[in-house]
Amino acid sequence: MNAQQKWTAYYTILIREVLRFSRIWIQTILPPVITTALYFIIFGNLIGPAIGEMHGFTYMEFIVPGLIMMAVITNSYANVVSSFYGSKFQGNIAEMLVSPVPNWIILAGFVSGGIARGMAVGAAVTMVSLIFSKLYIEHLFVMFTIGLLTSTLFSLAGLINGVYAKSFDDISIVPTFVLTPLTYLGGVFYSISMLPEIWQKISLLNPVLYMVNGFRYGVLGIADIPIWISYLIILGFIALLASFSMYLLNRGIGTRS
Amino acid sequence: MTAALALTDLRKTYDNGFTALKGINLSVQQGDFYALLGANGAGKSTTIGIVSSLVNKTSGTVSIFGYDLDTQRELAKAQIGLVPQEFNFNVFEPVGEILINQGGYYGIERTIATDRAEKLLKQLGLWEKRKEQARTLSGGMKRRLMIARALVHEPRLLILDDPTAGVDIEIRRSMWEFLTDLNESGITIILTTHYLEEAESLCRNIGIIDQGQLIENTSMKSLLSRLDTETYVFDLVEPIDQIQEMGACHFELRDPTTLEVSYHKQDFSLNQIFAFLNQQGLQVASMRNKTNRLEQLFIDLVEGNKA
Repeated sequence: MNAQQKWTAYYTILIREVLRFSRIWIQTILPPVITTALYFIIFGNLIGPAIGEMHGFTYMEFIVPGLIMMAVITNSYANVVSSFYGSKFQGNIAEMLVSPVPNWIILAGFVSGGIARGMAVGAAVTMVSLIFSKLYIEHLFVMFTIGLLTSTLFSLAGLINGVYAKSFDDISIVPTFVLTPLTYLGGVFYSISMLPEIWQKISLLNPVLYMVNGFRYGVLGIADIPIWISYLIILGFIALLASFSMYLLNRGIGTRS
Repeated sequence: MTAALALTDLRKTYDNGFTALKGINLSVQQGDFYALLGANGAGKSTTIGIVSSLVNKTSGTVSIFGYDLDTQRELAKAQIGLVPQEFNFNVFEPVGEILINQGGYYGIERTIATDRAEKLLKQLGLWEKRKEQARTLSGGMKRRLMIARALVHEPRLLILDDPTAGVDIEIRRSMWEFLTDLNESGITIILTTHYLEEAESLCRNIGIIDQGQLIENTSMKSLLSRLDTETYVFDLVEPIDQIQEMGACHFELRDPTTLEVSYHKQDFSLNQIFAFLNQQGLQVASMRNKTNRLEQLFIDLVEGNKA
């Protein structure tokens, strides 16, 4: 395949992925928007005033970046894992496997689909947050790149889960028992400076903390972690997961017998 | 001329230790209409899976129009169109999109793929369904959709794994005509089927796989000529009670108007049998083969391989 043909193949997968989640927007876009709106109402409006200021911002303003990131993370992951496993389950993954499209384009297509949904939901949640809070944008580049890179990382993680999944249970285990706890304990609702020292150190083992703090730095200009460490951690994980994904696709693990 | 498909010492052992292929050597010439037959579990689908890159081989080589599947993977894969046994499209995607997307995976631009999809959907009687989700199609339509999808990138080699399974006789006949036309246009076709009549009427050459080995690879004509016994069923115009014997030719009266005749081809001809029936004053209204000839040969070969 020449470069033009490869671009066509990539574009085809991306369009297919975007159409897939757009067609079922009531299942893919609306629920995270409603859930996040409830978080804003309960934690921001009702409980927030009792908590007071966090690093000079109202509690509502403090949790906005974390809630946006939470939506980006869960939706990027969910899109790729459900689409990839769905393709395996129905057998239509074979459409790509029999074609000359290189594995790295298959990977890029699925991941881009995950990014598209993650960013679409992130944008929708950001719009909703404007109803409840003023949106600060201290560092637009940081905000955008951290959001994009985090979405990439969790799209890759979703693909790996999809490769190994053998049943629909397998695609819900990781989000329920790994992703949700890591996200909730990743500083979405609090600053780790509020935790006892030992828990601060344990929190540093949670990769989601670096993403939430990086994004919060982009929005509010404050973070518990230096921004360069956030970039380093995210890029490191992306390199690791992308390499592992390519290994799985090249070996045909979970896709070829 | 380079073979459309050349398999050399192809072997496959699955992770559970089951050896599906024990060294298949096969060459299918360009323009051929080739039948690959075998009982369930014989190794046909594994062979097709390896050729179409859905199954990893253990060893051996696969060459498609001279392109090695290991070293010239993209070029080799671009030559093949696959119609698998099971429906394997996204049932929630509209019919037209399935074809356009398939073209996209082969690097065919959307406008070109759309034109080709229109042509194929019209040819296969699916144009009216182009905007409907694939799950709404009938079984026969789904089969035709799979054929259309396999052709959208204009492959030189079309592999069909039991394409007419579960399809009614009318649609099956129209698919046969379509496949014959495709073959006449120059596309090499490899067909596996459980309808041996289908293989006999469509294919020029035949391979039979049994227990992971290719036990026969010859022309259909040559294979059928090996069948030395013919059995015909004659429908008589008038009922009879009995019939005289005619040497080694065996007559059996199934009912007063149905006569079964078995004979060795080297001993008798149909003319002699008709002459004998004329002598007896019997008139034949119609006649047919009692069993499918290829079916008989297939059973003989597979049984012989087990012995």
